[in-house]
Amino acid sequence: MAVGTLYNKIWNKHTVCQLQTGQHQLFIGLHLIHEVTSPQACDMLRERGLPVLFPDRTVATVDHIIPTTDQSRPYRDAQAEAMAQALHDNTDEFKIRYFGVGSAEQGIVHVMGPEQGMVHPGMTVACGDSHTSTHGAFGTLAFGIGTTQVGDVLATQCLSMDPLKVRKVQIDGNLQTGVFAKDVILHVIRKLGVKGGIGYAYEYCGSTIEAMTMEERMTVCNMSIEGGARIGYVNPDSTTYAYLEGRPYAPSGEAWTRALQYWETIKSDQEARYDDEIQINAEQVAPHVTWGINPGQSVGIDESLPDPTLLPDGERQTAELAYRHMNLKPGQSMNGVKIDVVFIGSCTNSRIEDLRAAATVAKGQKVPGHVRAIVVPGSRQVATQSESEGLHEVFIDAGFEWREPGCSMCLAMNPDRLEGNEISASTSNRNFIGRQGSPNGRTLLMSPQMAAAAAVNGQVTDVRSFAH
Amino acid sequence: MSDNKIVQITGKAIVIPGDDIDTDRIIPARFLKEITFTNLGKYPFFDERFDVELKEKPHPFNDPSCQDARILLVNKNFGCGSSREHAPQSLNRWGIDAIVGESFAEIFASNCITLGIPAVTVSSERIRAFQAATLKDVNLIWTVNLENSTVSSAKASAELHMPEHHKNTLRKGLWDSTSLLLENEDRVRQLYDQLPYTSNYGS
Repeated sequence: MAVGTLYNKIWNKHTVCQLQTGQHQLFIGLHLIHEVTSPQACDMLRERGLPVLFPDRTVATVDHIIPTTDQSRPYRDAQAEAMAQALHDNTDEFKIRYFGVGSAEQGIVHVMGPEQGMVHPGMTVACGDSHTSTHGAFGTLAFGIGTTQVGDVLATQCLSMDPLKVRKVQIDGNLQTGVFAKDVILHVIRKLGVKGGIGYAYEYCGSTIEAMTMEERMTVCNMSIEGGARIGYVNPDSTTYAYLEGRPYAPSGEAWTRALQYWETIKSDQEARYDDEIQINAEQVAPHVTWGINPGQSVGIDESLPDPTLLPDGERQTAELAYRHMNLKPGQSMNGVKIDVVFIGSCTNSRIEDLRAAATVAKGQKVPGHVRAIVVPGSRQVATQSESEGLHEVFIDAGFEWREPGCSMCLAMNPDRLEGNEISASTSNRNFIGRQGSPNGRTLLMSPQMAAAAAVNGQVTDVRSFAH
Repeated sequence: MSDNKIVQITGKAIVIPGDDIDTDRIIPARFLKEITFTNLGKYPFFDERFDVELKEKPHPFNDPSCQDARILLVNKNFGCGSSREHAPQSLNRWGIDAIVGESFAEIFASNCITLGIPAVTVSSERIRAFQAATLKDVNLIWTVNLENSTVSSAKASAELHMPEHHKNTLRKGLWDSTSLLLENEDRVRQLYDQLPYTSNYGS
């Protein structure tokens, strides 16, 4: 059993008691809610006549179902409109802070929380969304939960949980030019497998992680769940503190000094023990692209696609299904695969650094006529910042559409989706069959720079071949 | 909560073969736009069951002889992906009351507990035998028994695995987490007062 890790320390500090079921009652410090997984939970509270125990510990925003073109209400999609209205009414009734469309704070829930400074090291965080693991970048335990559990957190500020094992994922080495956090996490998932993390929390550490900005760490932690790990985290350090300082919901003045002292105490000890440890060398990691139907099915852009007959049983079947769905062939290269759509956005890669990186590739280039390319900033704040830097003009001049903030084509619960068997170069997190809204649609996951390069070339391209 | 006790599920089985069956396959995101769970029984595996013109495709969930199945037989990492409780809700509202597999994704398994759906594991070799037996005889009756920890039919059986305390939670009918968590409100308030960040780091 792990001892002395950040996981152990936060878990212990937040355990209320052990329940008669044997599970632990864990206090949740920050609860983020959105329109899709909260209405049924609020219904449950009303049915049982329960109030929200600590309304000040929950924050709401709207992201999944909103259009990214015209965001004025009522939405054309009656279901989306009903969902948005339900969130508005529920937050009003239960006195929950709500950042709706039109507010300066609105955004994808996993972009909004961190940029507002709400996510502090040492917290437990929960949200009815599997990519809640994002917030582990700040040294938190951040759990994606189901809707009944959203109700639990609203009514009791707690979850009934089992402890996880802790795996130390040590990643060392300098990244090559053109290689980003997205490539690192795709590489990690490919190495450890999409089910490798079941039962584990991933502690990411090592020189590669230490050198990353907070936005890069969020990209890594965001996709922990794609590797089967419910949570992933990075120990807080000066990079974490520098990011937080001065943000609206971060402590300030004397509280900031006290917070810094506290945050230093919750890091994993030097002599901490782990349930498992693995080392990954990031020096040689190339830009990665997925070729299949789960995020573990990726290759470096300079590799050829694997021979399914050489894979173990279960993986072989998934690979064969993937080849059929994707219309790709073993042995071929992803370099040069023609694409129809480019999506730059999502809780994985829609932050300002992502858009800056993509813009350096797009600048002065032209998206060919057969490619539909959209850039969807992760929040109003990212949109505003991008516009103040002129990034939107770079994209628009290059033939991209510049959209309003939201989840957009990551999961197509809104008007943004693939049609027919279109193939997309996407900076999102899932390439599952049907994920981007068309049952026959095909998704290639990659970094924002790789997606921008694919957009301007009309095909998957090694971004390292671009002269910056 | 005595009527919440889940000890034994008996019925026909239905096979969804393959590893890494993700939540988008179980229920595509567009069906998450309903603000209640009421209709979700219509949607499990929707895009695999119907083409774009809504014509039925061959699929176990469309098979007339499987319509009264209660036990789902799956392989590894079933339910990976999204935290959407809509996935187990849609299976359950279609008629599935227990799931037997090789392994389950973390959040999916936790959602199943919350809903009182036993998601139990058996060995890789056994699940394949179970799936083969059911495909051979769709009317074969299976029993998932949490008391004696077995999955069995006239053709095959195996010891089932599930953390002991989860088994007890279901057997004793204690899976309504909200009720249990509510019992400790005083201690929750105490802990709230002790945590540094709830008091601006001890001002």
